[in-house]
Amino acid sequence: MRKPSAAGRAIALVFAVAGLACAQPAAAPPDRAGNRGGPNRGAPAQNFDAVEIQTLPAQGRVTMLVGAGGNITVQAGNDGILIVDTEYPQLSGKILAAIRKISDKPLHYIINTHYHGDHTAGNENLRKAGNTITGGNVQGDLGAEASEGAAVIAHNNVLERMSGAIGGQPATPQGTWPTDTFVGEEKKMWFNNEGIEIIHIPNAHTDGDSIVFFRKSDVISTGDLFVTTTYPIIDVAAGGTINGYLDGLQKIVDLIIPVYGQEGGTLVIPGHGRLCDLGDVLNYREMTTIIRDRIQDMIKKGMTLEQVKAAKPTFDYDPLYGTTTGFWTTDRFVEAVYQTLKK
Amino acid sequence: MDTVHRTKFAILPLLLLGTMVGVPARAQINLSGVWQNQLDEDFPDRLAGPELGDYAGLPINAADRLRGETWDASLITLPEYQCRVHPSDYAPSFADFRMWEEYDRETQNLVAIHMHHFAWATERTIWMDGRPHPPDYALHTAMGFSTGKWEGDILTVTTDHFKEGWVRRNGLARSDRAVVTEHFIRHDNQLTWVTVVNDPVYLTEPLYRSRDYVLGLAGQIAPYPCESVEEIIRPKEAIPHHLPGTNTFNKEYQERHGIPVEAAMGGAETMYPEYRSKLVGAGVQPK
Ligand SMILES: [Zn+2]
Repeated sequence: MRKPSAAGRAIALVFAVAGLACAQPAAAPPDRAGNRGGPNRGAPAQNFDAVEIQTLPAQGRVTMLVGAGGNITVQAGNDGILIVDTEYPQLSGKILAAIRKISDKPLHYIINTHYHGDHTAGNENLRKAGNTITGGNVQGDLGAEASEGAAVIAHNNVLERMSGAIGGQPATPQGTWPTDTFVGEEKKMWFNNEGIEIIHIPNAHTDGDSIVFFRKSDVISTGDLFVTTTYPIIDVAAGGTINGYLDGLQKIVDLIIPVYGQEGGTLVIPGHGRLCDLGDVLNYREMTTIIRDRIQDMIKKGMTLEQVKAAKPTFDYDPLYGTTTGFWTTDRFVEAVYQTLKK
Repeated sequence: MDTVHRTKFAILPLLLLGTMVGVPARAQINLSGVWQNQLDEDFPDRLAGPELGDYAGLPINAADRLRGETWDASLITLPEYQCRVHPSDYAPSFADFRMWEEYDRETQNLVAIHMHHFAWATERTIWMDGRPHPPDYALHTAMGFSTGKWEGDILTVTTDHFKEGWVRRNGLARSDRAVVTEHFIRHDNQLTWVTVVNDPVYLTEPLYRSRDYVLGLAGQIAPYPCESVEEIIRPKEAIPHHLPGTNTFNKEYQERHGIPVEAAMGGAETMYPEYRSKLVGAGVQPK
């Protein structure tokens, strides 16, 4: 990958200062561990006490939890519990209480869709509340330690970024790191009597994104490869690109089989926002493609970033997703699209 | 038992029966049946479909105007768009529908009113049991989530949780944040269905539409199968649309009918009769 441009570094700084929390346009950004007082001292702290964890059954074995960070997906059955993403550590107690209302079985697996703190900062607390399925040689060689805590599964780039190995940012506490990583296109697993596909989408929201497809429940948990609250968030410094993001949306569309027209069938839990199905993803893909095409055309005409911004390529979607305040402003989105198309 | 007592016991069931028959219906008027669409009003908009670039009389904002200008009708040749249903606030524009009531067996309380529309065989439920609307993180649908109440003989329905739909099916979007109020007004065998669209994203004022129906005593609704096919071979991720400023089709309507650009481009002002006086001498000549 090319070295980031000056604008790329500016975006990197934004993600760093914002503590890698995405889609929090109105709230003060937390630091990378989710605390509101680290790199961003002086910003009003988010009142986690006031946050309630809402529970919405999706379908099959899958439930969606809505709190203050990214949405959490819970899959529960006879084998135990698997969750996708973990929000903030301050909310772990409430999240566990919400999970316990769904099932009293042990938490065995945590899957991280990507490395951002609003999806992973709660890893350590929730991991400790669970345990890893072990036995045979593994148990014999490592003893009880082998089963301590739930397994945290993610694409290898998530570990690389959280441990500070790449990205040039300080490591997060080791207890939050993935314990079980994969490289390549996908990792498959069988849990609670259904096949689960963890599908890596390269260079989209970041360079370590995965979507999680519960094949029998027929639910896709997308992480921030699809949100309903803002324009697509592209962490350019962490390898995100607009075209990768669109590939991710296309992959989600390809996996969905609706009942009729654009509705029902496969359900989609976005990184932030409401429960969705095909129609919502199509509208979002349509918007993202149209804006990409407009900016691509402007680049072809030789327009500078400032000229592109002045031409308002997002004008017709701004009442839906645009904002001039908070973390992911319209300008930052346009900058990210422009930069990654120029590469 | 003597005669007097027998008489008393005989009267009790009669009284009970009388009470039961005389219970005032909680539903003020019965809307059940097949209602047949009357195409007297706004015919082109309702059956043939609106012309490209005809936004007249719609309270759209500039953002929605750009949605319309950059919309390419070829979008609906994409397989995943071919069977997209008409949302419940646009379905009244044409075709017949069936309405029926659902009662709780024990209490005979009206639980819901159901509707089946011919177009894409869409079905919706209007909840009449006072239940709340779902939280904002619940699924949105083309039909939306509807609750109803009786205002005299008028059924008034509030619907939210919409998928994105359209203000007019020539590219003008209606957002997923819209809230729609409907009034079903029955006069004997005539029904007026009034739709009021409030869209904080793309409309500057509420959009009112009224549609008329006649009760069809022998009315039947035909099935509406829809199967997507590959109509045009194109790159998988291509989305047809016009780049801003490049859509030449949008001027055809103005030119064909001799309508000034500002009027054709719509906006709240163009909804009101006074706007006509502004147009005197401003028109382009029809070809
Ligand atoms: Zn993120």
